[in-house]
Amino acid sequence: MSIDHLHFRQAMQHTPFHDRFAAMSTTEHWATWNTYKVPYVVNKLSTEYFAVRSGCSVMDLTPMEKYRITGSDARAYLDRLLTRDISNLRPGRVTYVVWCNDDGKVIDDGTLFQLDENTYRLCAQHHQLDWLLISADGFDVQVTVETHDIAALAVQGPTAYSVLTLAGIDGLDDLKPFGIKNLQCKEFPVTVSRTGYTGDLGYELWTDPANALALWDAIFAVQGQYDIHAIGLDTLEMVRIEAGFIMPGFDFNCAEATIRNGYDRSPYEVGLGWVVNLDKGHFTGRKALAAEKEQPAKRRLTKLVVEGNKPVGEAFIYAGKNGKQLGEVKCTMWSPILKANLAIADINFISGRLPENLWARFDYKRELKWNTTWARCHAQTKPFYSPEHKSATPPARF
Amino acid sequence: MTDVIIIGAGHNGLVCASYLARAGMDVLVLESSDSAGGMSASRTIADDYHFPGLAHVSYPVSKHIRKDLQLDRFGYQPGAAIDSVALDADGNHLFIGGNSVTGKDLPESDAAAFPVFKSRYLEFASKIRPLFENKPPRLKNMGFADLRTLGKLGWNIRIGLGKEAMYELLRVAAINIYDVLDEQFEDERLKGAIATDAVMGSAMGPRTPGTILTWLQRLQGELNGPLSSQGGAHLIHALTQSAEDAGARIRFDARVAKILIDNDKAFGVELANGEMVKARLVISSADPRATFSEMVGAPKLDAMFASRVKQIRGAGVAGHLHLALSGLPNFIGISESQMGNRLLVAPSMRYIEHAFNHSKYGECSEHPILEATLPSVHDRSLAPDGHHVMSVNVAFLPYDLEGGWEEQKTTLAYKVISQLGEYSPDLKSMIVDHELLTPVDIESQFGAVQGHWHHGELSIHQSFMMRPLHGSAQYDTPVERLFLCGAGCHPGGGLTGIPGRNAAKRVIELGGVK
Repeated sequence: MSIDHLHFRQAMQHTPFHDRFAAMSTTEHWATWNTYKVPYVVNKLSTEYFAVRSGCSVMDLTPMEKYRITGSDARAYLDRLLTRDISNLRPGRVTYVVWCNDDGKVIDDGTLFQLDENTYRLCAQHHQLDWLLISADGFDVQVTVETHDIAALAVQGPTAYSVLTLAGIDGLDDLKPFGIKNLQCKEFPVTVSRTGYTGDLGYELWTDPANALALWDAIFAVQGQYDIHAIGLDTLEMVRIEAGFIMPGFDFNCAEATIRNGYDRSPYEVGLGWVVNLDKGHFTGRKALAAEKEQPAKRRLTKLVVEGNKPVGEAFIYAGKNGKQLGEVKCTMWSPILKANLAIADINFISGRLPENLWARFDYKRELKWNTTWARCHAQTKPFYSPEHKSATPPARF
Repeated sequence: MTDVIIIGAGHNGLVCASYLARAGMDVLVLESSDSAGGMSASRTIADDYHFPGLAHVSYPVSKHIRKDLQLDRFGYQPGAAIDSVALDADGNHLFIGGNSVTGKDLPESDAAAFPVFKSRYLEFASKIRPLFENKPPRLKNMGFADLRTLGKLGWNIRIGLGKEAMYELLRVAAINIYDVLDEQFEDERLKGAIATDAVMGSAMGPRTPGTILTWLQRLQGELNGPLSSQGGAHLIHALTQSAEDAGARIRFDARVAKILIDNDKAFGVELANGEMVKARLVISSADPRATFSEMVGAPKLDAMFASRVKQIRGAGVAGHLHLALSGLPNFIGISESQMGNRLLVAPSMRYIEHAFNHSKYGECSEHPILEATLPSVHDRSLAPDGHHVMSVNVAFLPYDLEGGWEEQKTTLAYKVISQLGEYSPDLKSMIVDHELLTPVDIESQFGAVQGHWHHGELSIHQSFMMRPLHGSAQYDTPVERLFLCGAGCHPGGGLTGIPGRNAAKRVIELGGVK
């Protein structure tokens, strides 16, 4: 079954899960994501946030861009497309990937699923069909959009494993992080991957749109035993910052959509140097990236813990209080679980290094009055939040 | 290991080979056919009739190349100057020389305007010469040589031309020749003849923007000397000797199937027979589209670059007819002593534009434009005693002719012959044999993708630093140790040798084979 996602009467299309979200929503606070109507918040942001961090959350992933890549050259095609060495990828495994344009600037990132020997699924933040087809020249490969052919849910949180097991999905015990399994949920098939964008224990469930509501109902049938909440995009934005995940198009410009010279970013500049392998053979952007690597680093997207408890909002970053302006905050949040102000900022380096004494200057409002303040920032290299229970196999039962 | 492999022994490949061999490099030229010259190689039909190849008339090569490669030592001499004859159905032909034009019914004003016009455009051509002779300047990261080229160009145009002429050059540089000629002349025959030189070989009609530029490019040749009856084969002979004298080796019947690349660096080639030949540098005079898409292959290139290669515009629209004749045909109104000239069938610019229009829709006009020569008038050895050979450029023949060429080739040859028959009633009765080369034949025999003479249209967006395409200017390619030296590079096609020379200079500038 495929979703009729282009119906002209509806500016915002319904995902196969929409009826359930609509029935639960008390806020009617809807967002458009890739033409689909999805919630920002279903009921209450704090409840939804803590469902991810302390219970079990369910989010609609259907609108995410999904491409099926098949053909005898599929692996060679992906090798040329992606910056990462994927020679260790096997059927039933997922890996995080980035792809660049000829200038070595990031077009988008995503997850690559190897479904079988010559079949892959690439999930992306933005629409990528044009770039994927441009890259297909010279390869025996077929690229098709499967965004509208699959219903997908993200079930995330410390109790996600327990909830799904209780909901009737057997076989999750030995599913390791970044693994994929084809399982049954009661009488229908569901593909489960241990992946997510929350930095917590979690799974992504993929099924035919015809089974969407049955899957939803199976999960929410155990709501009496576990705290399960449907969540929206506002929660996702919070937890992904805590997990230290960056978002192309928001934290930095996607290369082929950037107009101004120098406004695009290389993988090194957004902290994704670890997914670039210059020695794996030719790939698009390799030459430019090799040349960039010879030069001192110019800038980096940097995770910051900002002192104090005032909401940072939009801010410039300086080398020292009243020092040289170095960059700006791209996204920010108050982390309820860490009790800290978190930010991800685009910061210019000085002599190839991140300056140590970083300060943020920002405006905040107190009882309708604007004030300006300075706050010391501390750069982090690790994710802000990375609980141990995230990666245990089998996951702990809560 | 060989220092340099050059793919293709056309005139650009040979020029490049001779320069590099003279710079002390060990050069191996790999040619797919059994003789040197590519499109300029001589051809033979019916055993005894020899033709100078597709380039059947030429301008002298530049004095730099002549001197640097010691071409005179190897027998190179520009041929005797010839006129162009604008054929007229009633026999009132125009005889057009370098700076004069005569003929029945020619308005006096046109006769007077022609030398003025011609000298002005030759001056334009000479002022923009730095742009055509040197490697095209980059727009970003310019080197000193680039600044010098731009500096010279600016000085020439602003100071050298003077204000009024500069304004005129800037006005016409990118526009079409139709409008410009209409401003200057009344006589349709004259305008048709001039416009033919601006469009022959390109998918352009006189009304196509950029046809002043293609004409100025042709005038670059005339700056070296007058048009002569000399075909490319003569130049090829001298170049081959020059290259071999300098130590370059030429291997025939060696078709390059693949350029071998490891870690984004070229290290040799693989021949069609599977043989691998290694070298420190590979320089391709083949069509850039064939070089990148077939010999390198898209997977070895960055995706956007590979995609841009596929978008290079360059579908050939010119074909070539060779006629073996049992005698010298009579052309009404042309004396026997005038038969060595270049005969043009393009009676008006409208006629040319109509012929071009058909090609845009995959059709072949009933009235193509023709450029005919009788090389045997100048060189009696080309045909048996008393016999002659006639060589005809025919435009516009679309590469992708609706219905395909296989079925319609003979019809077209007949059409061209009967068209020439209108000026020469006895031509048809003298034909011993003929050969027609369509763009499809030119592609399969010379490797020019889609049969384009210039390895890519000479349009403004594919000229100078954009030739052959963004990401591969100045004879470099994205693949290290792989260079281009053919007509697909700046400044383009024609028997100039400049792409070959500039590529060699570029290789030397970058440190040679080190």
